[in-house]
Amino acid sequence: MPAQAAHHEDEGFQPVSETTHDGTVALSAFPPPDEGLTAAQLADKYGLTVSGARPSLVEYVRQLWDRRHFILAFSQAKLTAQYSQAKLGQLWQVATPLLNAAVYYFIFGVILHASRGLPQEVYIPFLVTGVFVFTFTQSSIMTGVRAISGNLGLVRALHFPRASLPISFALQQLQQLLFSMIVLFVIVIAFGSYPGLSWLLILPILVLQFLFNTGLALIVARMGSKTPDLAQLMPFILRTWMYMSGVMFSINHMLAGRSEAFIRVMQLNPAAIYMDLMRFALIDGYGASNLPPHVWAVALFWSVVVFAGGFVYFWKAEERYGRG
Amino acid sequence: MAEHNTEDAVPTVIADELHIVYRVHGAKTGKGSATAALSRIVKRGEERGVRKVHAVKGVSFVAYRGEAIGLIGSNGSGKSTLLRAIAGLLPAESGKVYTNGQPSLLGVNAALMNDLTGERNVILGGLAMGMSREEIRERYQSIVDFSGINEKGDFITLPMRTYSSGMAARLRFSIAAAKDHDVLMIDEALATGDRKFQKRSEERIRELRKEAGTVFLVSHNNKSIRDTCDRVLWLERGELRMDGPTEEVLKEYEKFTGK
Repeated sequence: MPAQAAHHEDEGFQPVSETTHDGTVALSAFPPPDEGLTAAQLADKYGLTVSGARPSLVEYVRQLWDRRHFILAFSQAKLTAQYSQAKLGQLWQVATPLLNAAVYYFIFGVILHASRGLPQEVYIPFLVTGVFVFTFTQSSIMTGVRAISGNLGLVRALHFPRASLPISFALQQLQQLLFSMIVLFVIVIAFGSYPGLSWLLILPILVLQFLFNTGLALIVARMGSKTPDLAQLMPFILRTWMYMSGVMFSINHMLAGRSEAFIRVMQLNPAAIYMDLMRFALIDGYGASNLPPHVWAVALFWSVVVFAGGFVYFWKAEERYGRG
Repeated sequence: MAEHNTEDAVPTVIADELHIVYRVHGAKTGKGSATAALSRIVKRGEERGVRKVHAVKGVSFVAYRGEAIGLIGSNGSGKSTLLRAIAGLLPAESGKVYTNGQPSLLGVNAALMNDLTGERNVILGGLAMGMSREEIRERYQSIVDFSGINEKGDFITLPMRTYSSGMAARLRFSIAAAKDHDVLMIDEALATGDRKFQKRSEERIRELRKEAGTVFLVSHNNKSIRDTCDRVLWLERGELRMDGPTEEVLKEYEKFTGK
């Protein structure tokens, strides 16, 4: 096609690299009716759009919704692939959290006596709940950091809203937590807290925490795509956060004697909020006196603000993921 | 050669002075030691430890509906990078690509997981390419049949890591080729599998061409370019060296490569 038009090129438009290289032969030009149009005008005339441009926020949400099956399938596939080489297979989904809880109990319950102020039948479920709930946030962030930078092959090969990846990873962690919940229920019941109406609170707590985690995963996914080093730094930040959040000890009891304001601030930590709510829902001996005031409002605030903020923050760089 | 009447020359892809720059971390110097990394951090300067690779330098062209365009050039000349940029997968440093609809790369390799069964990978790959669950259910059997995975027993229910490399490549191609595309880009996909499967895939590509508006094909096999393309873009060091009818460009290219 282009050869015929080549010898009467229009000077107004430089069709193809005719002067970039010595000995380059420029054979291409546009057919006569479109001569003299710039690329942008030509694109406009035939309704072409810029490839890889960022969609509007509403359009982005719609695209994500269209990919909901992929997001779910991807998270389940990741979850299954995790233990497919192990001899015990999917049994590890339950065994891993159980072993984790055992290790923390041995160190903090038996050796360090961190149970301070809590009777044994409250402390063990208290500790296990804390470990599982915090792990949910922790691993959402850890997988979130690598959501883009660890899947560049996928990002560079296929077209889909990139937020699918961090959301999918957060969803994978949620499913992982559901497995852990089986262990948790057994432990809680074994220590004398039986299922009651308060167990219904688990659902809203999980929804709020999932939104919060997803928001965080989106934020660190964007940061990690620009600075992959964050994946190396994250474990330290997360461990500091864990020790501050009262996973192995009750903030109330540990800080008894400090100023009221200080304790309140420590309790507003979102990780502590979700852990305390879950303990409150599950454990009979862990009453409302352990919760900070307006706990539900604070929990809702954290999840809405972090999720919405994280989503917008991630979307703003949508067209730049996959570079470098 | 493709002759266009002025009426039906509808552009589907326009590249306008396109530049693509890769940024590679940790490749600044040959020295990978910790002290070298530390001194890079200490030294001031923009984007320490980052090396830029200018992969595509000012490429412009217009592709029209019904064209099959071959991309040739030596290794590392920017062919695959250019395809990714057309698909909107790699951001442009400067310049723009305008496209009609959503161009798709033929390839789902990255979405598949070796630890999962072939069956689940068909579903996962289909979803990753943006097919709906119903579409996948409809086409599932034809994907499996096309791949020929089950010709030697029930392999589709085994994890993909147990497949031979040829079997895995066949399944990947079958999944990728299951979808219809507006603008289709194929990156060296013709060389997978045994002779029998190659024939089958060439046929499928011809079908896809009929359905798709425009086809781009990257290949080092001049014969498959001759068989399938009517126009060829020749890239060298990220620059468009030549653009024209297949025979003319290939003649120059073969002279250049000394064949």
